[in-house]
Amino acid sequence: MADDLGASPDVVQLRFRSDEPVDHAAVTVDAAIEQSNATAVRIEPGDDARLLLPVLERLALIEINFPAFTDGRGYSAARILREAGYKGELRAVGDFGVDQLSHLVRCGFDSFAPDRRLDEADACRALATWAHVYQPAADRIMSGRRTIAELRHDG
Amino acid sequence: MYRYDHYDQAMVEARVAEFRDQTRRRLEGKLTEEQFKPLRLMNGLYLQLHAYMLRVAIPYGTLSSRQLEMLATIADKYDRGYGHFTTRQNIQFNWIRLEDAPDALADLATVEMHAIQTSGNCIRNISCDHFAGAAADEIADPRPYAELLRQWSSFHPEFSYLPRKFKIAVIASERDRAAMRLHDIGIRLVTRGGALGAQFYVGGGMGRTPMIAPLIRDFVPIDQFITYAEAVLRVYNRYGRRDNKYKARIKILVHELGAEAFRREVEAEFAHLIEVGVEPPRAELERIKAHFADPPFAEGPTTIDAGDPAFARWVERNTHAHRHPAYVSAIISLKPAGGIPGDASAAQMRLVAELARQYSFDEVRVMHTQNLLLPHVAKADLPALWQALARAGLASANIDTIEDIIACPGLDYCSLANARSIPLAQRLSERFAATGRSAVLGELKLKISGCINACGHHHAGHIGILGVDKKGRENYQLSLGGSEAEDVSLARITGPGFDEDGVIAAVEKATEVYLAERKEGERFLDTYRRIGMEPFKEAIYGG
Repeated sequence: MADDLGASPDVVQLRFRSDEPVDHAAVTVDAAIEQSNATAVRIEPGDDARLLLPVLERLALIEINFPAFTDGRGYSAARILREAGYKGELRAVGDFGVDQLSHLVRCGFDSFAPDRRLDEADACRALATWAHVYQPAADRIMSGRRTIAELRHDG
Repeated sequence: MYRYDHYDQAMVEARVAEFRDQTRRRLEGKLTEEQFKPLRLMNGLYLQLHAYMLRVAIPYGTLSSRQLEMLATIADKYDRGYGHFTTRQNIQFNWIRLEDAPDALADLATVEMHAIQTSGNCIRNISCDHFAGAAADEIADPRPYAELLRQWSSFHPEFSYLPRKFKIAVIASERDRAAMRLHDIGIRLVTRGGALGAQFYVGGGMGRTPMIAPLIRDFVPIDQFITYAEAVLRVYNRYGRRDNKYKARIKILVHELGAEAFRREVEAEFAHLIEVGVEPPRAELERIKAHFADPPFAEGPTTIDAGDPAFARWVERNTHAHRHPAYVSAIISLKPAGGIPGDASAAQMRLVAELARQYSFDEVRVMHTQNLLLPHVAKADLPALWQALARAGLASANIDTIEDIIACPGLDYCSLANARSIPLAQRLSERFAATGRSAVLGELKLKISGCINACGHHHAGHIGILGVDKKGRENYQLSLGGSEAEDVSLARITGPGFDEDGVIAAVEKATEVYLAERKEGERFLDTYRRIGMEPFKEAIYGG
């Protein structure tokens, strides 16, 4: 049980999924690979998200931890997982605020368990900041969002 | 010039609204300074010694007259009537109040300008050869590629919290006028077998650990170059060091992994991203290119009648060959003897804007050497332009001479600085202008930084000066032999440092060695490279 990262489930404040939340405690990346029954995993900033690619099929929840909001490795990890076809819940956990939300969503996160509760009005406003985007990210994979350049040329 | 469409305009306006809201939450105490800092930095707001500084992006150094006039308005309305052009072709205003910053950004948005990503640990404003679209020696106009990079890098969701800042420069000729190999990514457009592509140099930079970027890919097909940049950024975001901010730039990652291992990582990510498909549609590049069509050049005299000797000197030093034989690019020196390098008053900005309208198809460029230039001036118009500049005190004929000093803001403004840069630059340019020796010395690039962060590019100076703190006193280290150009090299320290008077004397001695030793056609740098450090050391420290 040493790999178990915590008994209490995260306090998920925002979730953009219709399926039932997974309430299993997440295990480390190493444990998730070794334990064939693990369905929830937590990625730390220094972990290589690609190690999970062979076992993505059985994972229902991947948490990506942000110990400090200024450490942006989790954004790459998230996109890599979505690019590899991961369809399960991708939860941002830790130190982030409303000003990181739109980028997190664009990189493929669909559930949020912040350390500090977000002001709901501020969060709604932040999520609506960008009517359009310049570059493709996981939002193209998740929802077919088209970039400004594509809109310019395909109408 | 590139003009915004409704998408670009909406993006900038969305950013202004976002930053206005962030500023409100900061002022209301809902955001701590620690939480707000990265947000304000990504909007160009940097806390200096005495006040906030607002760094406004000038994408690839290109401005219309209307935009330059807005910069003058910002200087008058929110600052103290002047601005400071920077080594990355941007402009800084030194006395901005936090409460005013959203309004200043809103004013900028009315002329298709912004301060997006001019500071912070993100992809910074894209810089470019200042002669782009005008130079006789370029194989393509680099600006459309820089604009494509600007759009790709703006609000990039994956790369907004990088280990450290990230600077990209694009050039398209053998000559390097943008310090390309001293950038995190330096891109040189090249042709191979008739096809256009991009050479990628990765991991250059100055700062406390200066490095010249190694070549990572000799040829990326042009319709994959954004994808290649994305691969480099992803490798950096994942593996760049975050344990020590002084080792967090990509140059350290490239150095520690080795260029070969770094290349393998990038190539693997590139192959993956090609499959994902992140390159903008080819039609977008064509759309952007149409914005950079030639202005309507007119035939005219292809020679310059340089009767007046002062005019002849200015033409000789301050103009650059244009690919149209009836035109030149004309450089407006912001380095008057005894002046502050790169500073321009609001009145000067308005005058230059008017002259650009009259003589250069409404276009101004900012040079990384902290000067301005009018890219397309008919040779027939040069005397009138020169007279107008001379009347305003803007006709110093000193480009690339020892008076054309690059200097960081130093201890007069910057909280990182150990020593003042500006007064030293002022004294040096005054001294060499007064003795008339600048003209005799020819090309001699002198660069001054007030601390080891090297914003004044001292590592790349033919003569470099670094200000340090020595037991509470300002002390200056002298170095020789650097270059930011195609013959890129890093300067070497001569020896023990000096006080302000001492370093001025040492610079004079170094120039005397050059004058005594130089062979026909040699620049200071060439002589230094031929004879080495010893004769200079002897003259400076011996006897």
